[in-house]
Amino acid sequence: MRMRHSLITLAALLGSTSAFADAVKGPIEKQATNVTAIVMFLIFVGMTMGITYWAAARTKTAKDFYTGGGGITGFQNGLAIAGDYMSAASFLGISGLVFSSGFDGLIYSIGFLVGWPIIMFLVAEQLRNLGKFTFADVASYRFGQTEIRTMAAVSSLVVVAFYLIAQMVGAGKLIQLLFGIDYWIAVVGVGILMMIYVVFGGMTATTWVQIIKAVLLLSGATFMAFSALATFGFSPEEMFKQAVAAHPKGQAIMGPGGLVKDPVNAISLGLALMFGTAGLPHILMRFFTVPNAKEARKSVFFATGFIGYFYILTFIIGFSAIVMLGKHPEFFKPDAFVNGVIDKAKLITGLSGGTNMVAIRLAEAVGGNLFLGFISAVAFATILAVVAGLTLAGASAISHDLYASVIARGRSSEVMEMKVSRYSTIALGILAMILGIAFESQNVAFMVGLAFAIAASANFPVLLMSVFWGRMTTRGAQVGGYLGLATAVVLTVMSKAVWVDVIGNKEALIGLDNPAIISIPVAFVAIWLFSLMDRSKRAEEEALAYEAQHVRCETGIGAEGASGH
Amino acid sequence: MQTDIVRQVKSNPKYHELVSKRSAFGWTLAVVMLAIYYGFILVIAFKKELLSIKISETAVMTIGMPIGVAVIVSAFVLTGIYVARANSEFDRLTHEIVESIK
Repeated sequence: MRMRHSLITLAALLGSTSAFADAVKGPIEKQATNVTAIVMFLIFVGMTMGITYWAAARTKTAKDFYTGGGGITGFQNGLAIAGDYMSAASFLGISGLVFSSGFDGLIYSIGFLVGWPIIMFLVAEQLRNLGKFTFADVASYRFGQTEIRTMAAVSSLVVVAFYLIAQMVGAGKLIQLLFGIDYWIAVVGVGILMMIYVVFGGMTATTWVQIIKAVLLLSGATFMAFSALATFGFSPEEMFKQAVAAHPKGQAIMGPGGLVKDPVNAISLGLALMFGTAGLPHILMRFFTVPNAKEARKSVFFATGFIGYFYILTFIIGFSAIVMLGKHPEFFKPDAFVNGVIDKAKLITGLSGGTNMVAIRLAEAVGGNLFLGFISAVAFATILAVVAGLTLAGASAISHDLYASVIARGRSSEVMEMKVSRYSTIALGILAMILGIAFESQNVAFMVGLAFAIAASANFPVLLMSVFWGRMTTRGAQVGGYLGLATAVVLTVMSKAVWVDVIGNKEALIGLDNPAIISIPVAFVAIWLFSLMDRSKRAEEEALAYEAQHVRCETGIGAEGASGH
Repeated sequence: MQTDIVRQVKSNPKYHELVSKRSAFGWTLAVVMLAIYYGFILVIAFKKELLSIKISETAVMTIGMPIGVAVIVSAFVLTGIYVARANSEFDRLTHEIVESIK
């Protein structure tokens, strides 16, 4: 039975730079149960459960739980970072965006990549040399532990919450679409599996889930892109020529279209993506899993390569789909046909399931039902890997920063801290499931953009200044961090994505879609101003402590080592 | 960290060499990446028809395509350049500084 499903397309994205391809939007109806996909997915679950069982036996100390023992190699960590960063919705969303508007999809994916070199040059080694388990270790290194850790934990949890809700809602809808199971069952299933990985296997299990997912996703996408290119004799020009001929927009898909509407919004979105990547708690946390600064920089090198390669693949997938999907009438809705053939004007809007299904449909076109099942299972695995990393980062902020340092003031035992982190994981998992179900019919498209904006405006400025500016004080960091966070949230609420699309007002209060161009400078200026105004005795001591921090940061002398196993 | 180790490291000229070389290199590469990315974005924002110019009269391929891919490749190449110098020169200097305090 053919079911009509109307996963809302990313068409809204064309008019707005604030919408994120990283979120799946709108109501959808479920598809017929896909048995191949479910079997393939069960194989993945079985494999990762085996790994979790193995990892659980190795997760004895807090260090094991937060960092997987700190002995992961740069190459493995690079793959895990890629697995953490390449979400299912970005795979499906960006290939869909390329399918519907061509070149604009490329602009979009470039934004998600350029944060990585910044991480490499300014934060990766510094994090490794100064930190232990969370980025708050680095941000609070020479400062008031209570104040800075509370601030870092609050902004980390806000980032994790928004990112997690967007992922859960996207997960529920995608799984409903791909596997034909109910939305709430999909959300609860994702929640339970991610809790099992994190509670029992900690960072070791999370890392391996991410590595396996990255390998599956990269090899699946490689197979699709190469099979598709083969039909064009491996000639990009031939692919572009046929795509231009088949696409309703014609030659316009070969250049920038409506994605970038004005310079201010374009730059603001670029700032959020570039510096937000360098402030995402679950990404920063991955730098404590490697033994030293050298492996930390190798991690970024491999991660950048894998992620860049992945975006080039999604670009090829989106473009070849323009040509190849049109040869499959079964992929289109009945109203897409005129006199029995697919109407060129309906190539984009007539695709059944919407443009988020482009990569899935192409999988079926190049590899039949078996490969369709494989790619669907990979999409599910991808969601799991991303939410597991997010939950672990959130749980660490609660147990390591809020509980051990702020509430217990460093007098907690390791056993107790581990317990708290596991309970936090369960609490976050349940909360994610509840919010995931509660937000089913809400528009969550703004949430990933907001998560990046907060990471760029609260976490990143405090982290960067704590490493590079000796005069920063506790007060400066605290005021700057909270102001950055508040500015990002308030401006987002006033923007179209929330004020109009969620609350339902007629017109947005501000024309700025992403707050980063204002909220990032607000945070930096506040840090600078309130640090200079701080004439307390503690501020003097903090300035003196910078010397020792700087030596450790540059040389790694005194840095955390890997544990014995 | 003990203050005598900090003093010892800070009195080592190699430490200052490492710090100044690495920070100059890191910030330079960061600025190069910013320039490439925002250069690309500004062209799109102000003069996007430039990227729609075809590479030859008969082709459909535009110069935007290789340029876009080149921005992606440049991110990877820049990280590679950093790793190559950091793994050799900076790690050697760091090693010498760490050895000197033993």
